[in-house]
Amino acid sequence: MNRWSRVYASSLPLFIPLLILVMWQLTTSTGMISDRTLPTLVDVFQAGVRLTLDGTLLEAITVSTMRAGTGLLIGGGIGFVFGLLNGVLGIADKLTDSTLQMLRNIPHLAMIPLVIVWFGIGETAKIFLVALGVMFPIYLNTLHGIRSVDPGLIEMGRVYGLSRWQLYRKVILPGAMPSILVGLRFALGIMWLTLIVSETIAADQGIGYMAMNAREFFQLDVVVFAIIIYALLGKLSDTMAKWLERRWLRWHPHFAKTAPPPKA
Amino acid sequence: MASTFRKNGAAAESLTPEYRVAPERHEAAKGLHVQEQDAPQRSIRQAAPAGAVSGEGGVALRLREVSKRFGTKYVLSDLSLDIEPGSFVAIVGRSGCGKSTLLRLLSGLDGASEGELTRDGKRVKDIDADTRFMFQDARLLPWQTVIDNVKIGLASVNATEAQRRAEAALELVGLADRANEWPSVLSGGQRQRVALARALVGQPHLLLFDEPLGALDALTRIDMQQLIESLWTSRGFTAVLVTHDVSEAVALADRVILIDAGRIALDIPITLARPRVKDSGFAHFEQLILNRVLQTGDNASGNRERSDFDI
Repeated sequence: MNRWSRVYASSLPLFIPLLILVMWQLTTSTGMISDRTLPTLVDVFQAGVRLTLDGTLLEAITVSTMRAGTGLLIGGGIGFVFGLLNGVLGIADKLTDSTLQMLRNIPHLAMIPLVIVWFGIGETAKIFLVALGVMFPIYLNTLHGIRSVDPGLIEMGRVYGLSRWQLYRKVILPGAMPSILVGLRFALGIMWLTLIVSETIAADQGIGYMAMNAREFFQLDVVVFAIIIYALLGKLSDTMAKWLERRWLRWHPHFAKTAPPPKA
Repeated sequence: MASTFRKNGAAAESLTPEYRVAPERHEAAKGLHVQEQDAPQRSIRQAAPAGAVSGEGGVALRLREVSKRFGTKYVLSDLSLDIEPGSFVAIVGRSGCGKSTLLRLLSGLDGASEGELTRDGKRVKDIDADTRFMFQDARLLPWQTVIDNVKIGLASVNATEAQRRAEAALELVGLADRANEWPSVLSGGQRQRVALARALVGQPHLLLFDEPLGALDALTRIDMQQLIESLWTSRGFTAVLVTHDVSEAVALADRVILIDAGRIALDIPITLARPRVKDSGFAHFEQLILNRVLQTGDNASGNRERSDFDI
């Protein structure tokens, strides 16, 4: 009984996606929705198998993931460093914060025409856009995290004579970590969004290119398949962020149940 | 009345002849020596007991005309005070009287605006490794296990030695079995015990308590008082406790100082034997101090009433 209710509870989130898949197959295969509007589930599945077998899919995913990852690393790194600096040094905050806040309010996708002029349609353009997009959520959340570290703990660090570096590593950074990870999750969402848009507009490789190319030949099954791949990649990166949260925030009462502290 | 107490310990003594400490009870309380009639509070714990471990003991604190102001407002004015090494001093007063500010000055966390403050003859500039401060909240790092929190109290000690000493400190406060847990699963009292272990692990000679038991329930508070007293007795550090609980001050301290409006309003030695029980002697001291505390409030309200009449 208990076991069944557990299985039931764990399969509950899958219920709606499964229902949608069933409805999709039923409406398309019976002709209620024309296959010129939406290909059937089976068609999409076959397209997936075909692309996987001939290696196109793997190549496209690799290229797209590399772009996303590089952009995240660069943009996230810059955002993190500025967040750290501005959170700790008043002078850095005065110098850069208002500029960053101004830049933040520019929708980074509006830069696409300019970016194409600057960098062409090569890798640099897409990495630049992704980096620009992910920089601000990481910056804001790092800054907020550092500012919300309990001043009592910092004073405690002073009582115990912690050096500036120790204070950083033992008090400020772990204290800011929950907020930084929230920023990371935001950033991952923006990362995929930016990548999809920029790959769709200007690319000669990657998942977005694969989808746009298929549209030229009216291969709707490939287009839909590419969309599903994006959804899966997005979900995967979110799961990784959650895994990081569980690992780095083990001390947090919210995550304590899932991961007990290490025994020394 | 206050000045009588401060200037002349014998006067305080003569007010409470029946509560003088019997010599045989001194033996029970380690470190207490028979007092001389003319200087009752000075002899307490001044000579360290023979059993004291080397490197332990307390520091002497000396304040000369110390003032602290924020802007133009004086929080403390012209305080002169000597604290004997190894003594346990309680500072009581209404909230906002400047008692916490005084404690922060003693620690070196804040600097005095005027006057001179020395620790063992050396001018206090900043907090040092010999001084530990316990706050009202435990201030443990939630992302470190209990034992790692205790290790923060040990600077520049190698890992195995740090582990051993941190374990010993946890043993001392009765939490050895919780060493590898997160602070978030501990109760308020247990967290304060961990904070106490962290403060003690570096073997400080001066321990400052800023209402460390204020947020605890009554039973836990009694436990903690006994723990603090027994650790103080065995370690011999100088302890300064800020509290608004007069009963707590009488239960723990050798000497109670009442601060009112930034000045010392009362300074009396508590000549009760340890461990202290709430007998009539205890009640006497408690009432004495409490009356004085309430008197400071009465004056204020009295003045107000009078001015009301004037109008």
